[in-house]
Amino acid sequence: MAEQKPYDDIPGTIVFDSDQAAKGYHLNQFCISLRLQVNRDAFKADPEGYIDQYAMTADQREAALNQEWNRLLELGGNIYYTSKLAAYHGINFQELAGLMTGKGSTAYRAMMVAGGRSIEGNRYKSEWQDD
Amino acid sequence: MAYISSGVACSHVPALGVASDKGITGDDYYGPIFKGFEYSRAWMEAEKPDLVFLVYNDHCTAFDARIIPTFALGCASEYPPADEGWGPRPVPVVKGHRGLSAHIAQSLVLDAFDITIMNEMEVDHGLTVPMTMMFGQPDAWPCPVVPLAVNVVQYPAPLGSRCYALGKAIRKAIESYPEDLKVCVFGTGGMSHQLQHQRAGLINSEWDARFMDLLVNDPDQGCQIEHIEYLREAGSEGIELVMWYVMRGALNENVEEKHRFYHVPASNTAVGHLILENR
Repeated sequence: MAEQKPYDDIPGTIVFDSDQAAKGYHLNQFCISLRLQVNRDAFKADPEGYIDQYAMTADQREAALNQEWNRLLELGGNIYYTSKLAAYHGINFQELAGLMTGKGSTAYRAMMVAGGRSIEGNRYKSEWQDD
Repeated sequence: MAYISSGVACSHVPALGVASDKGITGDDYYGPIFKGFEYSRAWMEAEKPDLVFLVYNDHCTAFDARIIPTFALGCASEYPPADEGWGPRPVPVVKGHRGLSAHIAQSLVLDAFDITIMNEMEVDHGLTVPMTMMFGQPDAWPCPVVPLAVNVVQYPAPLGSRCYALGKAIRKAIESYPEDLKVCVFGTGGMSHQLQHQRAGLINSEWDARFMDLLVNDPDQGCQIEHIEYLREAGSEGIELVMWYVMRGALNENVEEKHRFYHVPASNTAVGHLILENR
């Protein structure tokens, strides 16, 4: 049984702690490799062949190939790494946040311009149960 | 002898670097932010530090998941701007100061801070964006930089209290260096923001204001803010604010707040900025 962590009750948040980092090592190394053009070219030429160089799980591989951004974080990905995969697909940080929140780019950007997501109602998972 | 005259706290949102590089700092979106730093660039021109000690975090650029030092001190003669996936920023190469770096490295370890020594290091937006905000777009940066990279990507980041103590040790190291150098210390990152998962976009302006008040006026209390509070109240990436405490620790107990600026948003983030002078 997994250890209870003090941040487990924060809603909509995956803290990239040592357990997540251990789970996500190969996934994150795959993502960060795309920082370099030579690797982006190799991935583009043969996505499955390229990704298979990284010893990730079948779930991680599928989530990476299908661009399932929240699932990648749940499976051990870290946002600074997965954002490189997003950038490969032409998705910038703010667009990626729009996708992860389910709001879409336009509504997300509007929320930020209006002052961002309020802390009120967003501290505890219990506050999200009515959603 | 070297001495510390001032401190700067500054967010390092990558979009601000992009705005500067693309020349769109006057538009409706970025204009108010760059206006908030007009005072700062004028202040910096008058302050004229001989060197900047810059505390920042690397975003999987110099360090990917293979190596994650909690505190890594730059000891190189120069630090090239890194390619973060869209080409290096068109900003000058950051010049280092090997003599001071070597002295600080030795002093810190003997002071029980077992830092990592980086004799080669590329630097990303975490370092170059605050340089842009404070110095504008010169052909060469006006002074050398000693960088300190702090891990805030993989939890746990170092404690605020540890960062504060490290700042004090850095001050001791700088003040025992024989060259006459006027040093300005930068603490970068923040403020409240969350970049990931469904709660992305979180901003907590009230908390940010209280954080700045404590940092300036009661750092002994403020440095005790626990990680869970940063995560819950300032967002999963807001925890990088612990780096401001390295800067604060390097200053006097009493400081004068010369300038404060706060703006929401830059991309996903609340921009916070302080200029503090030793009293």
